[in-house]
Amino acid sequence: MLAFIRDALGAMAGGGRGYRLWVACLAVLVLAGAGAYAVQLREGLIVTGMSDQVSWGFYIANFAFLVGIAAAAVLLVIPAYVFHRKDIKAVVLIGEGLAVAAVLSAMLFVVVDLGRPDRALHLLPVIGRMHWPESLLAWDVVVLTGYLLLNLAIPFYVHYCHYRGREPHFRAYFPWVVLAMFWAISIHTVTAFLFAASSARPFWSVSLLGPRFIATAFVSGPALIILVLQAVRRFSRYPVADTVIDTLALIMTVALQVSLFFVGVELFTDFYNEGSHAASIRYLYFGLEGADSLVPWVWSALALLLVAVVILTINPLRRQRRLLNVACVLAFVGIWIDKGMGFVVPGFIPTPLGEVFEYSPTAVELTLALGIWAFGALVFTLLARASIAIELGEVRAGAR
Amino acid sequence: MSQQKDSDAIDAGRRRFLGAAGAAVAGAGSAGPAWGGSTFLDAMGSFFQDHYQRMDDEEIADALDRIERRAKRRYGVDITCKDTPPQEGVVFGYALNISKCQGYRDCVSACVRENNQDRGSQIEYIRVLELPEGTRDLEAAEHYYDPATVPVDGHYYLPVQCMQCDDPPCVKACPVEATWMEPDGIVVVDYDWCIGCRYCMTACPYWARHFNWREPEIPPEEINPNTNYLGNRPRPKGVVEKCHFCTQRTREGRQPACQEACPTGARIFGNLLDPNSEIRYVLANKPVFRLKEELGTEPKFWYFTD
Repeated sequence: MLAFIRDALGAMAGGGRGYRLWVACLAVLVLAGAGAYAVQLREGLIVTGMSDQVSWGFYIANFAFLVGIAAAAVLLVIPAYVFHRKDIKAVVLIGEGLAVAAVLSAMLFVVVDLGRPDRALHLLPVIGRMHWPESLLAWDVVVLTGYLLLNLAIPFYVHYCHYRGREPHFRAYFPWVVLAMFWAISIHTVTAFLFAASSARPFWSVSLLGPRFIATAFVSGPALIILVLQAVRRFSRYPVADTVIDTLALIMTVALQVSLFFVGVELFTDFYNEGSHAASIRYLYFGLEGADSLVPWVWSALALLLVAVVILTINPLRRQRRLLNVACVLAFVGIWIDKGMGFVVPGFIPTPLGEVFEYSPTAVELTLALGIWAFGALVFTLLARASIAIELGEVRAGAR
Repeated sequence: MSQQKDSDAIDAGRRRFLGAAGAAVAGAGSAGPAWGGSTFLDAMGSFFQDHYQRMDDEEIADALDRIERRAKRRYGVDITCKDTPPQEGVVFGYALNISKCQGYRDCVSACVRENNQDRGSQIEYIRVLELPEGTRDLEAAEHYYDPATVPVDGHYYLPVQCMQCDDPPCVKACPVEATWMEPDGIVVVDYDWCIGCRYCMTACPYWARHFNWREPEIPPEEINPNTNYLGNRPRPKGVVEKCHFCTQRTREGRQPACQEACPTGARIFGNLLDPNSEIRYVLANKPVFRLKEELGTEPKFWYFTD
């Protein structure tokens, strides 16, 4: 086991010049983020754009988005293990690596949002005082930690078996895979409920939120996986079948169509009989009392998603790899706005007392967020590097 | 004008503090101010301090001592911090006469002084809304009216603070049980247990919870030295705080600071379990309403008219 870990770490450390340059760039960004965090720890969260009025901002926006990315790994897990798609099974370990990176980044976004990270241990049962099952945030801690462990343990076992030159025992891992599938849906549902639980915030407190979160996750997740798999194919000798990308593109197409339908449903319900419950969505789409900083963002997101859905829906267009990639980038950015800033911030505007007070992230927030994204990319790069080396048979027990 | 004066006072206070802390900083690196003036030993003591409801008498006494020492080092002021228990057979409630309230905001400033709020980020537990006659739509409210010109014709005033809900959504939200309802009905925060996630702030329908976005600053001469653990003791950076019906006063039989400060007699505070109390008379005999009652949080704060 120790030799396995040593060899895996060895595979992460070695690599060509391009690989090392990429890792170095990410490391620099991570350090920049750490520097921003040091400033925030010293001065307090006053260095962010947040206020009593808008008490969550860019950090929690990225958190909500990244939980969706993590959950979307299930779209590789289900066809690989349940439908026994050999082509997808070949890349499922990479998908699980992506899930690990996304969950870790999501958790980091919550940690940096804490006013007292030194007291994070209070979240643990026994040592701390976990308010479970009442608090949805306690639920989120449970499901995210569980999902992280599942996505570490299953690939660890499979890789270890391959490293030892044998096939993993179906009975040893399959029950955990089934658990991980349900768990993936749960992490994003719980994250949606985290917001929907606030009856003080009518913009969030809608029953459509859970389904919307899942649908948009199944857009942004596959979009990222499609791009990442092509990068893997390009920068390594690891084979990725075109059929994998075709399947993901199809899933993403349907999910985006459903997501846009959900947007329409919400717009109708809020605006047909517009009451005070619609104040936040009016702020988001049209501005309120002259405050309209999110308006250009949400309309851009809508435009990006509409272009993407046109490309994806028309078969001849989707089959062109280059156009598909464009659609992936558009959809990824569109959902990032829609589920990030475009979702979290309007929930606070106007405040429960009717005050309109705007928010925009500061340089500290942006730098720190960039650092966490770079950290996620770094974790994925290292995991994928080791995974590919083991799966290609470059790293084997007793080889050294 | 008065704001300018306030911020001057704060700057003076900060300079004094920085001067006093200079020696400590020289010895302990930047750890001094970052930990609110704690020594290393006190910082460790705070780190390992248990949840309020799990501490025994000795641990509580230690925690209170640490609070007093920290205030002395940080502000150069001798404070007493007590852990006053709730009284038997008492559940506090509030009723506010909006026919009488003129929007002077005396309650707001009295509250800030009484409860040692951070002057720098201007945390205020009470927000007085100026509303046009004929509507109770909060979106029509003016939050930043000039108290020197009140009352303004055609307007009425609606002070909002923590409603001490009987089914408080903020308490449900907290992932670490750092906030709970006491037997006397007051929703309190253990500032030494709060992790600063601010989830309670998203849950509160009354915008009653406030966060210490920076290290709180209070001019030393303005510190109220009579403090309570679950009340007005000086707060650390990065935690949530809220109105606690002045536990340091009301649990000793006094009225809350906002009630005493009100020049119009609009505020009625008392024991809901006492059938002879004034608040029970108001609830039984006046037209009363509660804000956002439809959310089912059961506020223990009523508004009424003559």
